[in-house]
Amino acid sequence: MNLFVFCLRVLPLLVILIGVDSSQALEAPKDTRQSSYYLMTLENRAMQDDSNLNPAAFWVMDGHSLWKEKIGNKNVSCASCHGDSGQKMAGVATQFPKMQKGKLQTLEGQINQCRTSRQEAPALAYESKELLALTTFVATQSKGLPIAVEETPQNKKDLQQGHQFFNTRMGQLNLSCAQCHQDRAGLKLGGSLIPQGHPTAYPIYRIEWQTMGSLQRRLRNCMSGVRAKQFEYGSQEMAQLELFLMWRARGMPLETPGVRP
Amino acid sequence: MSKTSRTGITMPAQAKKGTIIEIRAIAQHDMETGYRYTEDGKRIPRDIIQLFTCQYNGEEVFRSDFYPGTGANPLIIFTTEAVASGTLVFKWVGDGGYEAVNQAQITVS
Amino acid sequence: MTEFNPRSNPIKLSRRTYLSALGLFGLSSWMAPSLTMAKKPEAMEAIAKIAGSNTIRDGRVNLVIPPLVESGNLVVLKLSIESPMTANDYVKAVHVIAEENPSPNIFTAYFTSRSGRAELTTRVRLADSQRVWAIAQMSDGSFWRGYADTLVTLSACTEMI
Repeated sequence: MNLFVFCLRVLPLLVILIGVDSSQALEAPKDTRQSSYYLMTLENRAMQDDSNLNPAAFWVMDGHSLWKEKIGNKNVSCASCHGDSGQKMAGVATQFPKMQKGKLQTLEGQINQCRTSRQEAPALAYESKELLALTTFVATQSKGLPIAVEETPQNKKDLQQGHQFFNTRMGQLNLSCAQCHQDRAGLKLGGSLIPQGHPTAYPIYRIEWQTMGSLQRRLRNCMSGVRAKQFEYGSQEMAQLELFLMWRARGMPLETPGVRP
Repeated sequence: MSKTSRTGITMPAQAKKGTIIEIRAIAQHDMETGYRYTEDGKRIPRDIIQLFTCQYNGEEVFRSDFYPGTGANPLIIFTTEAVASGTLVFKWVGDGGYEAVNQAQITVS
Repeated sequence: MTEFNPRSNPIKLSRRTYLSALGLFGLSSWMAPSLTMAKKPEAMEAIAKIAGSNTIRDGRVNLVIPPLVESGNLVVLKLSIESPMTANDYVKAVHVIAEENPSPNIFTAYFTSRSGRAELTTRVRLADSQRVWAIAQMSDGSFWRGYADTLVTLSACTEMI
């Protein structure tokens, strides 16, 4: 090989190697995770950021009212145990789903658990205005905090099951979550950009729904999108998938209450 | 069908006389269009806010008509001249006897 | 490798021309729908109702909608109308008309000489990609208009409750 070819092929390589800071080789790989906030138009981002433009603000207010309402046979409110302002709930939403008394519990599940056992009041239906308002109110207290779901010996089995769901093909379209949201995130499906699918903003005011909705509602949308049998609200499978998704998004800041198209 | 709902007003509490202030008014309302159908084919009746007014010390300074084509949880951002200290009263009126009122004080120097 | 000779197969050539004409038509109607498609009659009727026998002049009305919208359910709409907004010369009303919505009138605002500026922001529903008009009525009885075109995309995965 002549000198010219040598320069052409080897020199750029040398330049790159020498040019690279040696400390970079030891650094952790760059975090390529991105919230779907960044895929939205500027108008929609402004809607999320500004509480007097964000329709979800009403649900936060509704949630605060419900928080202070004394109900059930015990005639106590959430505030009776957890304080009027809700500030004590800071950091709570970032830890769910979590193992509670040997059972995997989502935030909605925990709220209902408190209602039935502590307040002796009936559980709230999934996607009901009340449950969404309470969940939004509690989750908003963790706004800006990093998602703190980690793998533990207790949740390991459920986490693995959730991971499996994420990677398993489902439905008549025979697609797995990973095929779109891991392998093809950032590419387009129809007119929309495929998000990575991190649940950083739930519950969200979804413009398509023209109302507030939970992560489980959104996941059921995905499942109907691939013509799969949807997981039931409040089911073990849902909780496991939620657990995996939150673990996958660990460290990313919570944006609740979010706006999404 | 609701009779009233939450509303939100954002505007400055103080302003210099003659300046133009921005007012943001939002109401919690589904704005059911009347073009949707239930699963069994029944039309869901229209249920919207139809009118929004702003009165400044009793005088109407702005009015707006909403329609089914107006978005849910309707927002309106508009301006008015800060002429004097006093009260601004905001009113929303809609189908099914819906009515909501909100107000804000302003000090004009 | 055989060379393609257009003259050798006249039938193939005409189909080609037909298809490219169709493509061009589709492309042009996508880019400038008003030039190739008829305007929605109900929308034009609604505008005629507003202005009556008066001529509507182009200008002074600035309507801003995002050119590409992810969901037509909630679209931010900004209006700004040139006017001194004095007691003798102000914008009385502005009507927003959507050509492709089931009902063309989607928003109306009534300003006063106390408004300061004839400006507003609201959020509307747009049923489809379309042209949206804003017709302003001035205190001197004149009518002015502006418009904005937008493309409304639909979400990829539809919901089945």
